[in-house]
Amino acid sequence: MLSLISPVKSPYHKVPPGPKFFLLMVASILLFLNGNLYFQASALVVVLGLYLVPGMAFFTAGLRMLWPLWPFVVIVFLWHTLTFDIVSGLVIIMRMFSAVALANLVTMTSQLDDVIALVTRVATPFRRFGLKPKVLALLIALFIRFLPVLIEKGNLLVESWRSRSTRRAGWRVVVPLALLALDDAEMVAEALRARGGLEPDEV
Amino acid sequence: MEKNIVIIALFAALIAALGLVPKFTLASGIPITAQSMGIMLCGTVLGSRRGAQAVLLFLLLVAIGLPLLAGGRGGLGVFGTPWAGFLFGFPFAAFAAGLIMERWRSDNIPLVAGCAAAIGGIAALYAVAVPYYMVAVSAGLDQALVTAMLPFMPGDILKAILAGYITAGLAKARPDSLLSRA
Repeated sequence: MLSLISPVKSPYHKVPPGPKFFLLMVASILLFLNGNLYFQASALVVVLGLYLVPGMAFFTAGLRMLWPLWPFVVIVFLWHTLTFDIVSGLVIIMRMFSAVALANLVTMTSQLDDVIALVTRVATPFRRFGLKPKVLALLIALFIRFLPVLIEKGNLLVESWRSRSTRRAGWRVVVPLALLALDDAEMVAEALRARGGLEPDEV
Repeated sequence: MEKNIVIIALFAALIAALGLVPKFTLASGIPITAQSMGIMLCGTVLGSRRGAQAVLLFLLLVAIGLPLLAGGRGGLGVFGTPWAGFLFGFPFAAFAAGLIMERWRSDNIPLVAGCAAAIGGIAALYAVAVPYYMVAVSAGLDQALVTAMLPFMPGDILKAILAGYITAGLAKARPDSLLSRA
């Protein structure tokens, strides 16, 4: 499956995800608490600088990941222009870019299995509230296994619709797709049970 | 037990698939993402608890870096915008939709599921997303309604109606499949 991890190696790849997530949290809180225009501008420059450290290819990949923010920029900018409050509009836009870019940086430089290991570790204290790490791991594995299957089936449904109709396949395809998911769930659950299933104290 | 876990994982995958299969378009030709409809369906089909759990699993996988949101977005960054309240509101939306399906059994399924999807996917969702937006950009209610709510409203109403029909279609094809009514 597609992933957001950058193939360009960077110094950040070597930092374990735990500290990275912690630093991200601290930085996000600081960004949120400070509403000063100059603070936000310098923060944005620092963040963009962080992207430049591993090189140009990494920098442009990072910018590409920020591109989906443009509709939000338009909305915020329009509102604040209409209300003659451009300064706070700029603060909001720059804060958003810094926060999202920093978070993307963590995502782009953290291996998925390391992050899953971190999540399972963090989830351990919650086991008394019914969140068993083993179940969580199984959920993640089932999800990752079945997403491509469902996408494949969705595409097949759209294609077979096209071969029968001149109109586009719309929401009607969702019914058979959800049915396939329900039926698959039935069979996979049976297969898990047949192979011993989960022990009662694990669920 | 196994069934619960598998169906939560598969419906989480279904939410993702609905955002990634790119060819869903309205009759008018305007492409919309069916992803938030997936959130509604989790509630109306799986019920309150399992529906919310499926949505939480989906969000967890988005957060750890899979590009699962419509348009291939993902990673921690998507939780950094002032509109992230919609993501945080998703589990509440599914929970509310499921709760209504579980409690309101006296009327036919398209009607109840449509109302459940609307109350969950619109009322409960915006009850989280709008205040979040107001805090995130220190906006007044008027600003939040215009910039965070209005742009999504027409699509969401349509999706709630469709979710009602889809839930009814599922109930017809597999009468036992509606865990929210089990």
